[in-house]
Amino acid sequence: MPVTLVKERFPSKVGEVTLGATAEQGGTRDSVVVVGGDNLLPFLHFEGKVVHRPVIAMEVTDIVPPWNEAIKAQFGDVLDNPAAWAKKCVDEFGADLIYVKLIGADPEGFNRSPEDCARVVKDVLAAVGVPLIVVGCETPEKDNEVMAAVAEATAGENLLIGLAEQDNYKSIAAAAMVHKHNVIARSPLDINICKQLNILINEMGLPLNKIVIDPMIGGLGFGIEYAYSIMERARLGALANDKMLSMPMICTVGYESNRAKEANESVEAFPDWGELADRGVLWETLTATALLQVGASILVMRNPAAVKLVQHNIADLVEVAEA
Amino acid sequence: MGLTGLEIYKQLPKKNCGECGTPTCLAFAMALAAGKGALDSCPYVSDAAREALDSAAAPPIRAIKFGNGSVLGDETVLFRHDKTFYHPTTILVHVSDVWSDADISAKVEEVNGLEFDRVGLHYSMDGIAIVNESGDAARFAQVVQKVAAATEKSLVILSDKVEALQSAVPPVAARKPLIGSATEENYETVVALAKEQALPVILKANGLDALNDLVEKAQALGYKEFVLDPGSRKPVETLANLTHLRRLAIKKKFRPFGYPVVAFTTKNEPLDEIAEASIYVTKYASALVLKASKKGQVLPLLTLRQNIYTDPQKPIQVEPTLHAVGDVNENSPVYVTTNFSLTYYSVEGEVEASKIPSYILPVETDGTSVLTAYAAGKYEPEKIAEALLNCGVVDKVKHRNVIIPGYVAVISGKLQEKSGWKVIVGPRESSGIVSFARSLSL
Ligand code: SF4
Repeated sequence: MPVTLVKERFPSKVGEVTLGATAEQGGTRDSVVVVGGDNLLPFLHFEGKVVHRPVIAMEVTDIVPPWNEAIKAQFGDVLDNPAAWAKKCVDEFGADLIYVKLIGADPEGFNRSPEDCARVVKDVLAAVGVPLIVVGCETPEKDNEVMAAVAEATAGENLLIGLAEQDNYKSIAAAAMVHKHNVIARSPLDINICKQLNILINEMGLPLNKIVIDPMIGGLGFGIEYAYSIMERARLGALANDKMLSMPMICTVGYESNRAKEANESVEAFPDWGELADRGVLWETLTATALLQVGASILVMRNPAAVKLVQHNIADLVEVAEA
Repeated sequence: MGLTGLEIYKQLPKKNCGECGTPTCLAFAMALAAGKGALDSCPYVSDAAREALDSAAAPPIRAIKFGNGSVLGDETVLFRHDKTFYHPTTILVHVSDVWSDADISAKVEEVNGLEFDRVGLHYSMDGIAIVNESGDAARFAQVVQKVAAATEKSLVILSDKVEALQSAVPPVAARKPLIGSATEENYETVVALAKEQALPVILKANGLDALNDLVEKAQALGYKEFVLDPGSRKPVETLANLTHLRRLAIKKKFRPFGYPVVAFTTKNEPLDEIAEASIYVTKYASALVLKASKKGQVLPLLTLRQNIYTDPQKPIQVEPTLHAVGDVNENSPVYVTTNFSLTYYSVEGEVEASKIPSYILPVETDGTSVLTAYAAGKYEPEKIAEALLNCGVVDKVKHRNVIIPGYVAVISGKLQEKSGWKVIVGPRESSGIVSFARSLSL
């Protein structure tokens, strides 16, 4: 006997955000990336449409990053050249977007000037045709200066820039508004702060379709379950027509997963944990694949081997089931 | 999944005769709803009412137990934030009877060794699924016995051939394996075998409609120890089927699907396979059979399983007692943190990485992080001082310096006053501990 299946009919959908701009749109990108738009729980094709598949942004830093050798070795000699590195991510590893993290701006580190930072971003823009995500060095005062300079130097490119946080969102939201970019709104695993921040940014005049939520995930083994549930609730909220939760979500998968000891320690140090080669790659991979199941739209990743596995996983999930 | 007193009352004879030991049918119904007494105390309940009450009171997804302590199903929600997931996906490694005896022994040995300790938790692989790929009943029976003798773990015994199951299962029935698969073609014999040996059995059909038919027919044989396999072998279809089965069982109380579900991976490349498996661990597989069995591949998957099946209302905690990291001495630094497992182990990992033997005192905060605990008044200087003075560290170090998390720098003065210890403000994030520790000169 045919079974009557439960198919949810949601009143709303995840909002769409367009990243990048082609020449006709006032930028220089070969093509744009659109995220969001789905009116279903992740990959449940029977009750809606996967409008835009989740995308992978690969991380590029402006100074050689303090990552483990297993990851660095896969990039060869480009890690001191952000433009070449970005190009490699796109050409060889199939990155949909490049996520430029300007850690060289850190006042306690290289303390690069906002102008130098903007130049790095321009170099990367010149090297690749995909849209860019740009964030600073996580020092709020400095980042405000850096991102203002970046936003101005790249006006029209429709970047996704960050980070706007509850106690520091005005400057970056203003920069995005003036120079026509999108903003990452980051809130610490708290659905109310997340909504509140979106309201505040929106009240300044930035439209909701220019905001992407960063829920500040935890990596595998270190709090991923909190992110998993917050994101699942946010997705349900978006589908139930809560406009202040309806933005696509970006997850800093590479950063969070690779902080874990399990992604870095050798089998010699922890014989029971098995070979690092597979373990490290899978630590990042499963952080991504688990969050795909609760609605991640943009995965920020760093390990090319993990990127490849997640690309396969996404391809399997967006494939429309044969009726 | 209890019924209310009124729902039960509707099914009672309403004679108010008092033979059940309570004066009225309503009082009896209320007692039953409260979990007191048994329906059998009323001699007049009709069979139809008994059936209705039994099935309404049954959990939406039946618990199926097999092997060495494996429990499948008995879940009550679709989203872990609605309550919690109860029974972590039972994960089993595929072993084929076409392999050589040496390869089989090596694989079983490898699976036996899949034991992991991390952040104070122990993970292990649950068992082995022995698959009859040879088509040879005698060979299959021989391999099943060989594997059974070589491991204590749970067993799943899988064959398409009735004769193979009939020869392989009875000798190891005492191990309470899960057997399968009963299909449209063979279900009468296979379910009869399961019933006779009192073992749970997998019902496998191609698609949900066919599965529904098969369950109905199998139930009509008077047996209910089932695990379902909707037959799909593509990730996106398996995800859809697992979701449909869980939704119908929970939202509609659709009885034919009120059983746990088993999923099988299809990817051949081990890392792709683990990524595929992560879909089924997060979305509703009660049991999962996979091929990958290397430690470095399995640990990430078992970690994800543990994370997803953690009760959201009960954060994992560590003992709020003094912990020593490394070869401590009387000059070792003393850190305080909270007893939320993640907070504690982040700190411990970094303290270990600093290579400076230290003491860490997790203060009891009901398993909340530093900021949450502080905001909730669970990380007050009085409390920290008391924990510090009573944990025994006073006799273990000769200095009187305590390092507190950077996020609660504001309590320094008060803590110093209450404890008499000098307070040093540490970094906000545990990731800052290594450089902080090196800069310390106590
Ligand atoms: S014995 Fe049955 S019929 Fe009599 S009062 Fe109790 S519940 Fe009612």
